[in-house]
Amino acid sequence: MSKKYDAIIIGGGHNGLVCAAYLAKAGRKVLVLERRHVLGGAAVSEEMYPGFTFSVASYVVSLFRPHIIRDLELAKHGYEVIPMDCSFLPLPNGDSLARWSDPQRSRREIARFSRKDSEIYPEFGKVMTHMGKLAKAVIDYPAPDITSIKPKELSNLLRLGRTFKDLGPDLLHLNTKLVTMSALDFLDLWFESETLKAPMAVSGIIGTFQGVRSPGTAYVLLHHYMGQLDGAFRSWGFSKGGTGGISMACARAAESFGAEIRTEAPVQQVLIKKGNAEGVVLENGDEIIAKTVISNLDPNRTYLKMVGEKYLEDDVLKEIKRFKLRGSSGKVNLALDRVPEFSCRPGDGDHIRGDIAIAPSIDYLEKAFDQAKYGEFSTRPYINAVIPTLTDPSLAPPGKHILSCFVQYAPYNIKEGAENWPKYREAFGDTVVDTMAEYIPGLKDSILYRQVLTPWDLEQKMGLTEGNIFHGELSLEQLLFQRPIASYAKYKTSIPKLWMCGSGTHPGGGIMGAGGELCARSMLTSRSI
Amino acid sequence: MPIKSPFFARTSALCNSMNWKEWAGYYAVSSYGTLHDPEYFAFRYSAGLLDITPLFKYRVKGPDAAAFLSRIMVKNIHKLGVGRVSYCCWCTDAGKVIDDGTVMRRAENEFFVTSADPGYSWFSRFLRGYDVVLEEISEEVAGLALQGPTSRDILKQICDADLNNLKFFSTVKARADGFEIYVSRTGYTGDLGYEIWVENEHAITLWDAIMSAGKNYDIRPAGLDALDVTRVEAGLILKDVDYFNALYALIDDRMSSPYELSLGWTVNLDRDPFNGQASLKAEKENGSKWAIVGLDIDWPQLESLYAKHGLPPEIGSHAWRSSVPVYISADKKYQTGYATSGTWSPILKKNIALATVEKKYENIGNELRIEMTVEHKRYTVPAIISKPQFFNPERKTSNPNSQSDE
Repeated sequence: MSKKYDAIIIGGGHNGLVCAAYLAKAGRKVLVLERRHVLGGAAVSEEMYPGFTFSVASYVVSLFRPHIIRDLELAKHGYEVIPMDCSFLPLPNGDSLARWSDPQRSRREIARFSRKDSEIYPEFGKVMTHMGKLAKAVIDYPAPDITSIKPKELSNLLRLGRTFKDLGPDLLHLNTKLVTMSALDFLDLWFESETLKAPMAVSGIIGTFQGVRSPGTAYVLLHHYMGQLDGAFRSWGFSKGGTGGISMACARAAESFGAEIRTEAPVQQVLIKKGNAEGVVLENGDEIIAKTVISNLDPNRTYLKMVGEKYLEDDVLKEIKRFKLRGSSGKVNLALDRVPEFSCRPGDGDHIRGDIAIAPSIDYLEKAFDQAKYGEFSTRPYINAVIPTLTDPSLAPPGKHILSCFVQYAPYNIKEGAENWPKYREAFGDTVVDTMAEYIPGLKDSILYRQVLTPWDLEQKMGLTEGNIFHGELSLEQLLFQRPIASYAKYKTSIPKLWMCGSGTHPGGGIMGAGGELCARSMLTSRSI
Repeated sequence: MPIKSPFFARTSALCNSMNWKEWAGYYAVSSYGTLHDPEYFAFRYSAGLLDITPLFKYRVKGPDAAAFLSRIMVKNIHKLGVGRVSYCCWCTDAGKVIDDGTVMRRAENEFFVTSADPGYSWFSRFLRGYDVVLEEISEEVAGLALQGPTSRDILKQICDADLNNLKFFSTVKARADGFEIYVSRTGYTGDLGYEIWVENEHAITLWDAIMSAGKNYDIRPAGLDALDVTRVEAGLILKDVDYFNALYALIDDRMSSPYELSLGWTVNLDRDPFNGQASLKAEKENGSKWAIVGLDIDWPQLESLYAKHGLPPEIGSHAWRSSVPVYISADKKYQTGYATSGTWSPILKKNIALATVEKKYENIGNELRIEMTVEHKRYTVPAIISKPQFFNPERKTSNPNSQSDE
């Protein structure tokens, strides 16, 4: 078969689908090839137990770019996101802290721990809103290369510079702190209460192999603050039907513009002729020819598996091998026969309809990291849990619920070696259930089914190398014009006609769609397609 | 989710309209009846009783209490006599207003401060070095505003304070039936009136005593809708409506100095350092950009606009609080400012508004144009600049058998 495509996209994750939609909308002939039977990559919904639809990996959304929703008419294609009202922190001593969209309610809650913090909290929100504006200028455009003097790069840089300048000196200084400090040091600039700081600081470590006291984590914190739902900065929400709902909306949009999508079509490798990408070879041996190939896979897979070391220059190979993945988290999804009831705040009230953090203190979080440093999963991990069925009853049978737990730290490289993770999978699952059961006494009796995903499983199932949920750590040296590598950022690779559009490109992980969009735009504006 | 004030058992039983709103995290009655007019007329012709518990309340005690408050407030609190009350605002270093409220000197070294936004964090930033204790007592102390011409006669029945001689903006500790209260001759209606502060445990007893004593004086529980009309008539600005807290304002354009809020009279510049002093000095010297003014909106022209559509003037009895453009001429070529709140004044028979306009247009008697939407169409009508204090009855400041005294 040799139907000629303008582009073949390897991987039907949300970025691949967004990229496909933009290219198809511009009139290009696009084929998306997904290895699995289901689309979405890590933003995927699957019925793992009869009647229960899990957001298997990625589970909440905030960062998805609003202009992509408009451009691709995603609302028409089933993009539905329901904002969360609360962030809940149960504490081991029977106390708890709930932060609400209602500012006075939050103030009263926080004041029980620190009156000062309760009043500074809105000021922090104001500053982060300003930072979010900056973030928007950063993530909605290809990252300007500060080492280049090409007019286009300079104008990009200038635009970014203007946004910076508009922040004013105070916020600029703060921004410098943000990229260099630890999440905790950054929060210390405002707050005194550990009970407040711990659940805020965790935004700085999600998906990284760092602790809340590690320098650089303040930036990751901002990354999680950049979100925007319905015009409101910083808000997070549930995707109706699970996060796969977003991927499916992107897929339908892509198809409506004429893109072709095939599932269960695993790609063996990129077809390279005379140094150029000319198509792909499927695992079944079929060759499909295309003018360009776009990889939605992470940088490691793209370069080392799809291309192969023999096609790589030595410097590129070195850089790719040094690219930090270091998955640090796992996922435990539970099907429950009832609403989980927290002993510190019983009932199925609004407090458990948002996100629930197991992050009782800074030391708790740091100890959890300590174990990971030496190749063990945390015996008392940081957990970010949600019960999406309280907001979206379509995910489970009536009266039944899903407790979805994001768990950190679970280092990919356990000391026995990553390939031994399957032996520890159930023990890891038990740890998570035991931890949650300390806050939800009836939890164990209510579990109908348990799905445990270690970083090893995320790699095997989702193709996330080393189980890194962001296709590579969000540390400063791997961001902006250095994402994934300094010599080949901006969605290009070292192989002509091979592009990248996944989370391993600027602006990075989370369900944003930005990589997919920016890759498509870069290709179109440079007339590469 | 708002909480209930200590008066909730009484206010909820009386609130036939079920018309509530959220005020600083409390449930607050908007109007007890479906229409708020009777409550408004109670404020102006008899007495209205309003739950003001949601105000934030602080006790400042210690040898340096006056010095500490002078550091924060734009006013020199050293000069405030014992038993006197001061209306003030407080500013950032840039001289932009954070909030406004009252400071009451209960004793040489003890003050009671009220604010609209939580102020503990801000105040406590400046505690350093002062021998003073700052306590928030917002949820320990309940408050009632008893406002209107018969308020003095009612209050006399329930406490031993010498109200005939309690002057405007004064405060006194008094005994009610078995418990203590603080009475201050203050309020937000621009009328004769008092605010009464009581420990939560005696709140209901106080309410019952006032309501019972008020029976012969046509007392009426009143909600925030009626208050809003009276405060516009009195030219009293409201945070989050006529201006914004500088700590929370997202952009500088949303911040205002005391001068820009026409609160220059509250600022004592030449004294020991206080927050915003340098910026305010500079502004005083160089001039301010904005001023808050009163607008007296031309009625005949408004009436003729309605007549054009075959309608009588349709103007609600509620005060409004949306931003309305103010122009210098009917062609709308230049917008000099915006009105932020306004109302039909039943007592003045005038259509009035509070507006922020460029300083150069602030002179009383100047004619500007305010936008008016009539039957879905936007017009402008003349609006004459006047003092924001539209209504200022003698009884507000006078005492029986004596001359008016501020």
